[in-house]
Amino acid sequence: MLGYLLRRLVGLVPLLVGISLISFTVMHLAPGEPAIVEGELGKKQSAELRQQLRELYGLDKPLHEQYVDWVGRMVRLDFGLSMTTNRQPVLDKILEKLPITILINICTIVVILLVSVPLGVASATRHGRTFDKVTTVAVFIGFATPAFWFALLLMLFFGVWLGWLPISGITSLNFEQLGPLAKVGDVLRHLVMPVLALTFGAFAYNSRIIRGSMLEVIRQDYIVTARAKGLPETTVVYKHALRNALLPMVTILGLWVPELIGGSVIIETIFAIPGMGRLFFESVSARDYTTIMGILTIGAFLTLLGNLLADLLYGIVDPRIRHR
Amino acid sequence: MQIQRWLVVAAVAAAAAGCTRGCGGGESGLNPPAEEVLGEPEKGGRIIVASIGEPSVLLPPLASDSASAQISGLVFDTLIEIGKDLEYEPGIAERWEVSDDGLVLTFFLRKDVKFHDGTPLTADDVVFTYEALMAETTPSPYKVDFEPVERFEKVDDHTVRVTYRYPFAPALLSYAGAFGIMPRHLLQGQPLTQTELRFKPVGSGPYRFASWDKGNRVILTANPDYYKGEPYITQYILRIIPDQATTFLELKAGGVDEMTPTPVQYARQADSGELKGRVNKYDYYGFGYTYLGFNLEHPVFADKRVRRAISMAIDRDELVHGVLLGLGTPASGPYRPDVWYHNGNIKPMKHDPEGAKKLLAEAGFRTVNGRLVKPDGTPFKFEIITNQGNDSRRKTGEIIQRRLSELGIDVTLRTIEWSSFLKEFIDKKNYQAVILGWNSDIDPDQYSIWHSSQTGEGAFNFVSFRNAEVDRLLEEGRREFDQEKRKQIYDRFQEILAEEQPYAFLYVPKSLVLIDRKVKGVELGAAGLGWNFEKWWIPAAQRETTQQ
Repeated sequence: MLGYLLRRLVGLVPLLVGISLISFTVMHLAPGEPAIVEGELGKKQSAELRQQLRELYGLDKPLHEQYVDWVGRMVRLDFGLSMTTNRQPVLDKILEKLPITILINICTIVVILLVSVPLGVASATRHGRTFDKVTTVAVFIGFATPAFWFALLLMLFFGVWLGWLPISGITSLNFEQLGPLAKVGDVLRHLVMPVLALTFGAFAYNSRIIRGSMLEVIRQDYIVTARAKGLPETTVVYKHALRNALLPMVTILGLWVPELIGGSVIIETIFAIPGMGRLFFESVSARDYTTIMGILTIGAFLTLLGNLLADLLYGIVDPRIRHR
Repeated sequence: MQIQRWLVVAAVAAAAAGCTRGCGGGESGLNPPAEEVLGEPEKGGRIIVASIGEPSVLLPPLASDSASAQISGLVFDTLIEIGKDLEYEPGIAERWEVSDDGLVLTFFLRKDVKFHDGTPLTADDVVFTYEALMAETTPSPYKVDFEPVERFEKVDDHTVRVTYRYPFAPALLSYAGAFGIMPRHLLQGQPLTQTELRFKPVGSGPYRFASWDKGNRVILTANPDYYKGEPYITQYILRIIPDQATTFLELKAGGVDEMTPTPVQYARQADSGELKGRVNKYDYYGFGYTYLGFNLEHPVFADKRVRRAISMAIDRDELVHGVLLGLGTPASGPYRPDVWYHNGNIKPMKHDPEGAKKLLAEAGFRTVNGRLVKPDGTPFKFEIITNQGNDSRRKTGEIIQRRLSELGIDVTLRTIEWSSFLKEFIDKKNYQAVILGWNSDIDPDQYSIWHSSQTGEGAFNFVSFRNAEVDRLLEEGRREFDQEKRKQIYDRFQEILAEEQPYAFLYVPKSLVLIDRKVKGVELGAAGLGWNFEKWWIPAAQRETTQQ
């Protein structure tokens, strides 16, 4: 087991180098450069200023030198300075946005699991009956609803008409004056609508997976055996069937690890949440190469780590799999 | 699909987001009703202003985006200020003198100006600001304003003298906008791109920097020691909300007091529903205009008649209504219609397809099978390029395309990502026609755009306009300090442009602002809003209506 882990971890290194090399190349192949702020022509766009910025950002060097410089810094875990006029360290920039994105995504995952798993199980056990059909239609309506539109409706309803929830942002203006408990409450109030908008479309996918895997498990011989033993239906479903039906969820959980820091551009933009999705989108728009590379590297590392974790978890939850 | 939709929204936002305060201004087509009984201004309260973008750097020489400029404009003071009608007013300099030969500018500073940390502001700080701005390590877009400066020196603690290599009339303006005086004692010895002060600035302006919650808001508080007196509104909050639909809902819910709306929000949604009777609408001309520029090095556009014909074929009213929802006006030249140097005798080119046909016939063009053919027998077709992500420019292009097809001209439209647009097409003059905009300044000087010396690679006269008389006028205009004489110079300059049509000047869009009615004292001038921001106030009775 330990040997397997070590081998996998060492294997991550060439993968990461490959990913960073490809990202770096593709990023520089895309048109545009950070020296230029989009907009009107004018003195802010003069050729001299553009050249001066290029030198400041080190973009006047050949591409391979830039990549070697970048790798040289990365091995020391130095993410560099962002390629915007404020020259903020990339790591600071990411660390500013990371907590809120992780918080939102954990809330989102919890809500998705809390709703999808019971829904999937209930649909599977009532396979083909009215409940199954109604929930199928309902979750697919959710799946088909554009998140930005749903978000705006939520804002209009809860924010403007009812006035129950704050429309955007993550903290109230008086946040600093609140007590610790009130601060938590304030943030949670701000999170209700974004989390709703993020989960709404995800129920379909996840509840369908549980339902499908439940349907498969429930036809197995050992379920028949369990029933034949005279076990109550709830024990059969939730103890014997569900535990095995949850196996595919392990893969999904592994895929969620990188998503924890991914963030959603659309939701974060609409709700004015300064998270990772927006940071990435804005960095791409501004061609802030160092920030883009920083986020991509962290994302790649977490994706690989998530896969590894999922594989390890399989070994634990599924006795048929053994890692050597 | 969702992302695309979002991009469109963002593009419209970016296009419409001219500026909230500090830039632009003009004649008003305003609807706000006469203020109700005003009463005496009261101190206190807070105003929440929405911004689409997050500020980047809060030091004036580096504050190039509108959010950064908005904040640094309130935290820092300039030597000269811009008054309601775009006139120069005393700022930190209580007066200034221009020598008779126009070469020496002398500023006499007030003695009662203090930085927010209590240190008095002196001539040393002014000289330091100049040096910091011009330093090699400072990538400031404003350096070009000080390019003609020969010497910048302190005479005594409250007098500064600037010597120019040649008389430079637009010089005064450079002391009004981005030249916020920075504290030498806090900044000396460190590059501006590295100092901590770029995120927590210390200036001498009406508002002190309080906090910046990255991605959420910047908070400023009124400066009680401000030399013109403490501003009425105690707290200024800039909330960063990237989506204008959200901002509009926040305005409805009272989470925002001032915003820049989209034209649709402004024209169709701000008077109804929850906002009915709750906001004042302001629209005014900014200094920007949109044009269709012809590459004069391209043989077909070298002929003035062709340029005039194309310009005549365009219906500018149609553009103003279709693209701007009527929130703008047809352009007659490079200047907005309400400034002293605008030549009122020149009217926007009239939509005249028949006249256009006649001119083209004169130039030797013939119609064959409904297609216009050049004198050499090949079909007349050309490509208009514009930058990607600017929705109004794309729409403008499409409308022009249709009008020109009615003349039998085959026009293709291409949008190109901004930096390759500049690098590969504009800088290298590798295009036929282009739709773009200029954002000019308060001063009429247009040397860098129209002078024949500015036609090199990467220079702004990328249409390659060369006209000896215009060259002479632009040179004279820069040297002349007398407003009467300058007006004559620039009147003639506009006549030539109108005749030559190196650009088909299209339209001047308006800047749009919505402000909650509880905010009193808002006064629209040629300078736009915000020129008297220190005098805005909120009655105590109406303060705590915001829920956030």
